[in-house]
Amino acid sequence: MRVNRIALAGNPNTGKSTLFNTLTGLKQHTGNWPGKTVVHAEGSFEHKGEQYILVDLPGTYSLFSNSADEEVARDYIIFDQPDATIVVLDATSLERNLNLALQVLEMTNNVIICINLIDEAEKKGIRIDEKRLARELGVPVVKISARNKKGINRLLDTLSQLVKGQIVTTPYRMKYSKEIEEAITKVESKLEGYFDEKYPSRWVALRLLDGDEELILKLQNHKNNKQHEVRTNGVPVSVKS
Amino acid sequence: MLMEKTLKPLSECSFGDCFLIKEINIKGPLRRRLLDLGFVKEAEISVLRKSPLGDPVAYRVSNTTIALRHDESSMILGEIVRGNTK
Repeated sequence: MRVNRIALAGNPNTGKSTLFNTLTGLKQHTGNWPGKTVVHAEGSFEHKGEQYILVDLPGTYSLFSNSADEEVARDYIIFDQPDATIVVLDATSLERNLNLALQVLEMTNNVIICINLIDEAEKKGIRIDEKRLARELGVPVVKISARNKKGINRLLDTLSQLVKGQIVTTPYRMKYSKEIEEAITKVESKLEGYFDEKYPSRWVALRLLDGDEELILKLQNHKNNKQHEVRTNGVPVSVKS
Repeated sequence: MLMEKTLKPLSECSFGDCFLIKEINIKGPLRRRLLDLGFVKEAEISVLRKSPLGDPVAYRVSNTTIALRHDESSMILGEIVRGNTK
C-alpha cells in the first residue's frame, strides 16, 4: 500500500507541532536528524483509508541554510521530495510568515498553505480571504485552528486530493530583474540532464547564482553517493553506501 | 537635496520611538538573516526595551520581538517616524 510522505514546514511558534500532534496522536517517534543535533519527529496517520507519514521539520524563518535547522528543513524538501509539503502560517502575522511560504513555493509544486491560529486572528479583528490568497499563490489555502481542531478535516481532504493529483497547482514564483532572469535561463539549460534526480531546476539555478557553494557540494555528493536509510528501532539512521 | 531627511541609525532610537527602515548596510549571511527576521526596507520598527547595560536592545518588528546588538542596529538606517517626546 502506498504511503504518502508529508512534510510540515513553518516559522517557529506557528503551532506546527500542535498540528503534528493533532494529526498523529501517539503514533509518532522522535530522534535526531542524521549527524545533527536537530530533533526529528515523524508520525503516521490514516485518513479515509489512506496512509500518511508526517515529518515535522524544524521551525525556521527561512530556508537559506543559515543554521542547522534550516539546512535540515531545506534538504528534506529538496532531497527527500515529500509527496506534499504543508506550510503552516500564523494568521496573526502573515507578512512575516509568507517569506517562508514563498521560498517553499520556489522549491516544490506540491504545497498546501495552512493558516493556523485563525480564531486568534479573528479575536484581533483580522480577516483572511483564503480564496484570494489561494488564487494569488496558485496553491490550496486552508484556514485551521490546530488547538481547537477546527478545519482539520478540510485540510486532510485537500491533502488527499493533492497527493492523488486531483488538484493541479501553479505555485507563485518570484519574478526577478531581467538580468537575473536571463542568467537563470542560461544556468537552467546547462543543468538539464546533469542530475539523475529531478531537482527544481529554477531553484537550483538561483542558488548557484547566489554562490551557495555548500549546496553545490551537497548536490554533487548526492549524485555520486546516494544515501541508504536503515531503520533501527523506528528511528531512521542514514548510512553511506 | 535640502528636503531630504538625514537617515539615522536604528541604534540611536530611544524607548518608544517608531523607526522606518530605509537602508541596511550589512552584507552576507547576516543581511540575509535580518531580512528573514523582518528587517526589510519600509518596515516599521519600535523600540521595546533595553537590557541593563544598554546592549542588546529589543525591537518590535512585524509582530515579533527581536533583540539586536549595537553592532547590527547601528548599520540599519532610516527615519524616526514618531518620536517619544520627553
